[in-house]
Amino acid sequence: MSNKKYLIFLFIVSIAVLGLACSGEPVGQGNSATTGGNINLSGSGSTFVRPMMDKWTSEFGRLNPNIRIDYSSTGSGAGIKAIQSQTSDFGATDAAMTDEELKQGANEIVHIPVVLGAVVMTYNLAGVNQPLRLTPEVISDIYLGKIKKWNDERIGKENPGVQLPDTNIVPVFRADGSGTSDIFTDYLSKTVPEWKEKIGRTKNPQLPQGVGMGGKGNEGVMGQVKQTPNAVGYVELTFAIANNLPTVLIKNSSGNYVEPNIETVSNAAAAMAERMPDDLRVEITNAEGANAYPISGIVYVLAYKNQQNAAKGKALADFLWWVTHDGTQYVRDLHYAPLPSEVVKKVEAKITSLSADGKPLRQ
Amino acid sequence: MIAAAIILLIVFGMFFMMVWNSMPTIKEFGLNFLFMDEWAPAQNRFGALPFIYGTIVSSILALIISVPISLGIAIFLVEQAPKKIATPIAFMVELLAAIPSVVYGLWGIFVLAPFVRDYLGVFLEKYFGWLPFFQGRLTGIGMLTAGIILALMITPIITSVVRDILEAVPNVQREAALALGATKWETTQIVLSNAASGIAGAVVLGLGRALGETMAVTMVIGNSPQITASLFEPAYTIASVLAANFADATDEFYLSALVEMGLVLFLVTFIVNALAKLLVLSVTRGPKGARPV
Repeated sequence: MSNKKYLIFLFIVSIAVLGLACSGEPVGQGNSATTGGNINLSGSGSTFVRPMMDKWTSEFGRLNPNIRIDYSSTGSGAGIKAIQSQTSDFGATDAAMTDEELKQGANEIVHIPVVLGAVVMTYNLAGVNQPLRLTPEVISDIYLGKIKKWNDERIGKENPGVQLPDTNIVPVFRADGSGTSDIFTDYLSKTVPEWKEKIGRTKNPQLPQGVGMGGKGNEGVMGQVKQTPNAVGYVELTFAIANNLPTVLIKNSSGNYVEPNIETVSNAAAAMAERMPDDLRVEITNAEGANAYPISGIVYVLAYKNQQNAAKGKALADFLWWVTHDGTQYVRDLHYAPLPSEVVKKVEAKITSLSADGKPLRQ
Repeated sequence: MIAAAIILLIVFGMFFMMVWNSMPTIKEFGLNFLFMDEWAPAQNRFGALPFIYGTIVSSILALIISVPISLGIAIFLVEQAPKKIATPIAFMVELLAAIPSVVYGLWGIFVLAPFVRDYLGVFLEKYFGWLPFFQGRLTGIGMLTAGIILALMITPIITSVVRDILEAVPNVQREAALALGATKWETTQIVLSNAASGIAGAVVLGLGRALGETMAVTMVIGNSPQITASLFEPAYTIASVLAANFADATDEFYLSALVEMGLVLFLVTFIVNALAKLLVLSVTRGPKGARPV
C-alpha cells in the first residue's frame, strides 16, 4: 500500500515538474524575442479600467504585431506600488497618486489621463421597476447604518410613487483597497460633513461595525449585490450594465437627478477641465454642471518621465498616444467616456514630454 | 540532510522576515494588536481580534459539521462497505480534495448562499431562533456559509487520514472481538477506541487546513470585521484580509499591520500543526499495538 502511494506521489511530482517546465517555455521565448526587435510591455493596476485596457491592448497589438502589452488588474493601489518599485512598465489607477506616494517613486512619475468612468450605485430590489433616486446624504446614512430599511421615509421622499419593501438594506462595500472606493468616498466627503468626519476619503473605507459586507474587486461587489436580495453596492458602470442591474440616479450639485452614462460623465470632466493643474491630477467628483454625473473619475496611466529603455519607452508613448486618439473609438462600446478635447490637448503635451536618455520619445 | 536544513531555514527565515517587517506595528501597538477590535486603515488603527475570532470560529464550525461526516464515511469504507463499493467511493472523496478553492467559492456564492438564505437559515431561525447564534441579518453571505464551505473542503482530508488510520488497526483485534461474541457495531467501537488519538490527529490536520483557507472563504464570508455571536452575520478571517488587501497596501504602516496579521496566522497554524504531530506520534508509539501509519 505505502509503496503504491509512493509511486503515485512520484507520478504527481513529475507531472508538476513537467508542468513547470512547459509553462516556462513561453517566458523564455518572450525574452529572446525582445532582443529580436519585439517589445513586451507590462502594466498593472486598476480593476475599474480592466475591460477597457483588455480591448486596447489587443487592438493595439493587432496594429503593432511587434509590441505585446500585458495588463493585469491588481487594483489601483497595487498599480501605484508596481510603478514605485518598477516591477511594471506602467501602472494604472483611478485615484491620482498623493504627494507622499510620488516621493516614493524612483524618479519623476507622470499622470496621463486615458479615459473617464462612473462609479454607480446598483441594487437588487424585487418589484421595483423604475430607477431609484438618491441624494448623497441618504447614501451616506445607508452606509453609516442610520437608514436601515428600504421603506425609510427619507428614501420614500426622493422616490414618490415607488413601492419600497419593508426589508433591511444590505450595503455592500469594497473589502480591498480600491480606486473605486476612493472616488466614492471622495464624493461623499465633499457632500456630507458627517461622512467626511467619520469615514473620510480613503481607498479602504471602514464602515461602522455590523453595517454591510465587503466584496473583493468590482467583480466581488457585483456578485454579492446580484446574489443578495435588498443589497445595494457601488461598482464601475460597465459592471452594472454587463450584469443587467439597475443604476441609481444621483442628485448632483445643481439639484438634478442624473443618470450615469457617457454624456453625463463627459459633462463632469468638461466642467473640471479648465481647472486641471499642470500635473493633471484632479478629481471630477461633485462637478458643477446641470447634467454632470457627480461620482465620476479619471483613470490615469502612471509612467516614469525618463524611461530607462528607449525602445520600450517609445512603445509606451505610442500606445498612450493611440489610446487617447484612435483608441477612443472603442471607449463608448464599453460604457466608459472619452476625455474632453481640452484634456486631450494637455495629455498630448504630457506624452511628448516622455523621454529616454534626454531625448524625447515622440515629436 | 541539506534538504532538511533548507526546510528549517525557510521556516525560520519566514518567521524572522515577518517579525522584521511588522516591527512598526509591533512597536506601536504591542500586544494590544491582538486584542483591539477596531480595524481602520484610513485612521491607522489596527486590531486583529475580529479576524482571529472569525478565523477560529469559522474553522471550529467547519469541524463541527465535518468531523461526524468524515468519521461516518471512513468507518463505512473500512469496516462495512464491500471492496467493490469502497474503492470508487474512496476515490471520489479524494477527488473532492483536488477541486480548486475558487471553484468552491463560486459554488458557494451561486448555490450555497441562496440555499442558506432561503432554506437552511430560515429553518434554523424558526426552530432555533432563541439561540443567539441564529439571530441577525440573514443574507446567505456570512459565517455559517463560510463554515459549511470549509467543512466541505476539509472532509476529504479528514476522511482519507482516518481511513488510513482505521486500516492500520490490526485485523487480529476485529477477529478477537468477533470471536468473543461482539456485534459488528461493538467491534467498530473497539477499533475506534484503538485509533482514537490518530483520529484526533486527523481532525487537527483538517483544522489546520481550515484556518489557512483563503479564496473560498473570502467569497462567501462577507468580509466585515466584527465580533458577534450570530452565525448569519458577515465576518472576516485573517487569510481573507491578507488576500484582499496585501496587493495594494501602499502605506508602510498598513503593510506592517498586514504582515503582523500574517505572523499571527503563522503562529496559530504552527501551534495547530505541532499538536497534530504530537498526537500522530502518540498513536505510532501507543501501547495498544497499532502499527505505524
